Amino acid sequence: MDSIDRTIINQLQGGFPICDHPYRVVAERLGIEESELIQRLEQMLEQNQLTRFGPMYHAERLGGGLSLCAMSIPEPDYERVTEQVNAFPEVAHNYARDHELNMWFVLATESPERIASVLEEIEQVTGYRVYDMPKQHEFFVGLKFEV
Amino acid sequence: MVLNEIDAILVSKIQGGLPLVSHPYAEVARQIGISEQEVINRISSMQESGIIKRMGIIVRHHELGYTANAMVVWDVPEERLEEVGEKIGSKSCVTLCYQRPRRLPDWPYNLFCMIHGQQRERVLSFIETMVKEEGLEDIPHKVLFSGRRFKQRGARYQ
Repeated sequence: MDSIDRTIINQLQGGFPICDHPYRVVAERLGIEESELIQRLEQMLEQNQLTRFGPMYHAERLGGGLSLCAMSIPEPDYERVTEQVNAFPEVAHNYARDHELNMWFVLATESPERIASVLEEIEQVTGYRVYDMPKQHEFFVGLKFEV
Repeated sequence: MVLNEIDAILVSKIQGGLPLVSHPYAEVARQIGISEQEVINRISSMQESGIIKRMGIIVRHHELGYTANAMVVWDVPEERLEEVGEKIGSKSCVTLCYQRPRRLPDWPYNLFCMIHGQQRERVLSFIETMVKEEGLEDIPHKVLFSGRRFKQRGARYQ
């Protein structure tokens, strides 16, 4: 990754033009050719540095349900439960964290009502309680990473 | 907010990414059988109404060296929530700051923020500085670093 890639990443986390030739607009701003910008984006996607290039949706405004969930899983069961939890298509991220509640994942469903039923299914399949902690108020959301 | 049918098709069509071609919105338009201008108008209006938070790059922060990913949780008295939430949310290293419900007795924390850094020590010293600068010494907090990561993908919409 060189300095042009870094500039692309830093700038394009802040938005992308919505016009008939958006790549050209960005490329001009960066002082490179449109084809080079496209090629660099393709490469960063191929190398898995980007999750994707496109829209970041607001789940609730799209009519979906979203929640952060945690579970407390003893080590011997951790792998089994991870597989069971990740098998749900509604589970978006799943991280181990160093706390009594040691498994944390995001649940994203097509409707808010679905959250409760997926939680119940997860509890039934795994045999462990799920702590459900939906967002109540947003103080800040930036999620940009300088590189 | 209820999306109409064409918006819903559009949401689903571009969720995996925009085409990497000169006229990406024209390409999407061709695929769903509407005009480029209509795609542009609909995406713009979804962005204005906040259905689309933003267009652009969504990075895999782990692959970019942000491997020290801390969730810092705080047990904030209700009357200080607004003040503390605003203070923490305004810090440059904080990528998210949300109020969430406590789950007593097991989980007393009601304010969550994420700090993504490249080194654990730096994340910890940043938190320490933040506590001092913002006068948060009397608010119990815990730092939960992430360990193994098992799944990272965005939500999917039909």
